Amino acid sequence: MNAVEVTGLRKSYGKVDAVKGIDFEVAHGEVFGFLGPNGAGKSTTISMLCTLVNPTGGSARVAGHDVVKERDEVRRNIGLVFQDPTLDSYLTAEQNLRFHAELYGVPKPVVNERLRQVMEMVALWDRRDNKVQTFSGGMKRRLEIARGLLHSPRVLFLDEPTVGLDPQTRSAIWGYINKLRRTEDITIFMTTHYMDEAEYCDRIAIIDHGEIVVIDTPEALKAGVGKDRVQIHTSDDQAAIAALKERFDLDAGVHDGAVTFAVASGEEFVPRLFAELGLPITGVSVHRPTLDDVFMNYTGSTIRDAEESGGMNQMMRARLRR
Amino acid sequence: MTTTEIAAVRLPTGGLAHDVRAVKVVLHREMLRFVNDHTRLVSSLAQPVLYLFVLGTGLGSIVRTAIPGLDYRTFIYPGVLAMTVITTAMFSAASIVWDREFGFLREMLVAPVSRGAIVLGKCLGGALVATAQGVIILAMAGLVGVPYDPVLIVTLLAEMLLAAFTITAFGTLLAAGMKNMQTFFGVMQMAIMPMIFLSGAMYPLANLPAWLHVLTVINPLTYAVDPMREAVFARLTVEPQVMALLNPGITWFGWRLPVWFELVVVAVFGFVLLQLAIARFRRTE
Repeated sequence: MNAVEVTGLRKSYGKVDAVKGIDFEVAHGEVFGFLGPNGAGKSTTISMLCTLVNPTGGSARVAGHDVVKERDEVRRNIGLVFQDPTLDSYLTAEQNLRFHAELYGVPKPVVNERLRQVMEMVALWDRRDNKVQTFSGGMKRRLEIARGLLHSPRVLFLDEPTVGLDPQTRSAIWGYINKLRRTEDITIFMTTHYMDEAEYCDRIAIIDHGEIVVIDTPEALKAGVGKDRVQIHTSDDQAAIAALKERFDLDAGVHDGAVTFAVASGEEFVPRLFAELGLPITGVSVHRPTLDDVFMNYTGSTIRDAEESGGMNQMMRARLRR
Repeated sequence: MTTTEIAAVRLPTGGLAHDVRAVKVVLHREMLRFVNDHTRLVSSLAQPVLYLFVLGTGLGSIVRTAIPGLDYRTFIYPGVLAMTVITTAMFSAASIVWDREFGFLREMLVAPVSRGAIVLGKCLGGALVATAQGVIILAMAGLVGVPYDPVLIVTLLAEMLLAAFTITAFGTLLAAGMKNMQTFFGVMQMAIMPMIFLSGAMYPLANLPAWLHVLTVINPLTYAVDPMREAVFARLTVEPQVMALLNPGITWFGWRLPVWFELVVVAVFGFVLLQLAIARFRRTE
């Protein structure tokens, strides 16, 4: 049985289609990532799977239960870590977790043991008696992850689990998530707009403008691009783009402040470029394909460009947040 | 770090026992918050103490001749008790708006329990906290000439609890649709002040002009204040004409309502408001 099964799932807000009919499955035990810019429909999709928002159309089953018809069953089987904190900062870490255990009906004899397991996993056992208001952002997120695991969900939903955290804390959180895969019988569904984090996933779905563009393993996606990305700095970007088209038949564009194009065997191409472009080049870099290139390959823009034009969807997100 | 083998817990399916646990833990949290927040405890005592000892003493000097043999402060004492409970209960309900702003409400609303259990836990918690606050005012009874009679104390406690529950339910219903604290406190002030003024907490409900009488009769708080006053006055020796002036009870078309009936009115209000609040939370999904 698949942990998540989604068929033709749709969500509209008035005339705006936030999610335009998506299909995918997540296998049991998998770490599945939803990658896309802010406003692409990731949060809306996760909200539907977690029974927080009712779909406009299509259907979804999580841990074998329908998200609309068997809402409480779904909730019993999922753990949630939201983008925005949902802790009571006036209570201690342990009090927050005990509250959760009671609310989810964790059998009384196992509460103490389980509490200790999850708190040790995120290295907060020593801080259990401290009020949450004394915690840093990273500690709060770790506590939320521990809480999301307390009732042993079959599927753990992580909505942007590392957004707003410093790089060191981000890598620590990933350490816990990887450990989790080994110690718990769990499927992880996460959203992210960090490319480097998507690499940790078994499979990734790239979502843009409410549609899934492609689903595959990170390796297959990168291999599928097949080309290296070359970025050059020049004094006249427009002239450089025109020259690239004219002399090498390459389609270039300006991304992240540099003239960017994809070419097979980039390193061998660079000497030719310097010799034949006919324009002074002040800097050059060659990248092996990354998920950034995958994203660009499938959507025609980098994730940062997509975010800058995602203003309307930002508004939608603000509306969704309660 | 050592990797521990973690055995998964599988949750039993819902049922009544689970809902009861949810009610208890929501209630427990209200108590924890109350016990930890000393500022709130002290600040919400300031208002009743001010009414009882400052306003009560000041106004008492003017009305002394009108109510021979009785201290005005003794008269407003049950009213101040009711006020304390009402304000504290409303503040408890306000924490829902706070929880929404700070995200914790979401943690509660996504849990696999019924909305009813959460709202009921919140209202019971608010009622207990408000009654606990009332106990402090109750301890001051002797200062305004109200005897420390065990039966009186138990009666007042029970009546405070009932009133507090109803008011928390009312506050919860208000809070259900509100997104920020400022709006809630604005609306709360608008609702609470007239309700207190029209409840007979500060002045007796006898000999009022007809329009004012109608307003006092339709005010649910009137039915919460009167039983407390009846209970206090039953322990005092007061001249009959003063009793008639200060403790006229509530009359519907000439029928004086018995205390038990007034309490039933408060309970019915509480029950209906609770149901409305639950329905409201089901819809905010």
